[in-house]
Amino acid sequence: MKAFHHAIVASSLSLAIAAPLLARDYVSGAITVAHPWARKTAQGQPTGGGFMVITNKGKADDRLIGGTTPIAAEVQIHTVSMDGGIMRMRRLVDGLPIAAGASVELRPGSYHLMFIGLKAPLQAGTTVPVTLQFQRAGQVRVEFAVQSMTANPGMPAMDRDHAPR
Amino acid sequence: MRRVDRRIRVGLAALLLAGLAACSSSQPDAPTAFGGPFELTAPDGHTVGSASLKGKPYAIFFGYTRCPDVCPTTLARMARLRKQLGPDGGKFAIVFVSVDPEHDKPEDLGRYVALFGTPVIGLTGDKEHLAQAVKNFGVFYQRVPQPGGDYTIDHTASVYLMDRDGTFVSTIDHDESDQMALAKLKRLIG
Ligand SMILES: [Cu+2]
Repeated sequence: MKAFHHAIVASSLSLAIAAPLLARDYVSGAITVAHPWARKTAQGQPTGGGFMVITNKGKADDRLIGGTTPIAAEVQIHTVSMDGGIMRMRRLVDGLPIAAGASVELRPGSYHLMFIGLKAPLQAGTTVPVTLQFQRAGQVRVEFAVQSMTANPGMPAMDRDHAPR
Repeated sequence: MRRVDRRIRVGLAALLLAGLAACSSSQPDAPTAFGGPFELTAPDGHTVGSASLKGKPYAIFFGYTRCPDVCPTTLARMARLRKQLGPDGGKFAIVFVSVDPEHDKPEDLGRYVALFGTPVIGLTGDKEHLAQAVKNFGVFYQRVPQPGGDYTIDHTASVYLMDRDGTFVSTIDHDESDQMALAKLKRLIG
């Protein structure tokens, strides 16, 4: 099973260049992951951000507890809050709860994935394979579409209320 | 205590914005000299600071390249606003100062600011030079150790608008609309 899984990761890596630009949705059991996207990074930049909307259509609470990707050493879950004009970013060590029936948006200025220890820069127009780990739903395979720095896909981030409450 | 000081400065900046600038002259400690002299290092190794930036208005922002979030969003927004200004967009400079000199070397900053598709001046400096710039702008930043040995940096998310003489004009705050930000930029270059 593990070997099979690795085979998928390897093949999707080689397909990365040809993958379609548009982020799409991924469904696994009760969990739907919509529009996963990541930001392009510069040469030498060791971290990148990943964003998506996770919906739990099930009757039981779930929790995103982490993930893995062949393109970085580690996948962490972070949150950003604004407090008196100061940005504070923290790692969510216990993961991100996705309550039954709820949708949680990971977006700039709020919850996001951090790809730590990038092995190569994230190139716009490619996709990044990530295996998300949920407490209940288990592993969900997702492709993050890499967008240019100036693209702000699907969210007028600056015109919205940012702070996760 | 020092930290509290910085926070008060940030608060004072907001007061200035609220149209109470006139009051500041009666408060000796108010940041009327917001911006003051500073000298930092550009990606090509040259010194860039308050003296060399003089002559053109600029928008200056403090952050770090490993910030996946507020920093790229803010720089992308400044690039977008500049585009919206059309030919006038070139009438102000965009300056990004890294408060993570341990990780962001001048050449790293050069590569980072090149991602935004518009000229951005990326600066950083050693401890003393950075401390001076940060103090002048009343910027708060603090390294926060994360589980696993890494660190993030809490930092002020406002963009400071400086006129062609290097005098503080206003801030663009993180949660302000593009429309308001654009109006401020128009006033800055007007
Ligand atoms: Cu930041």
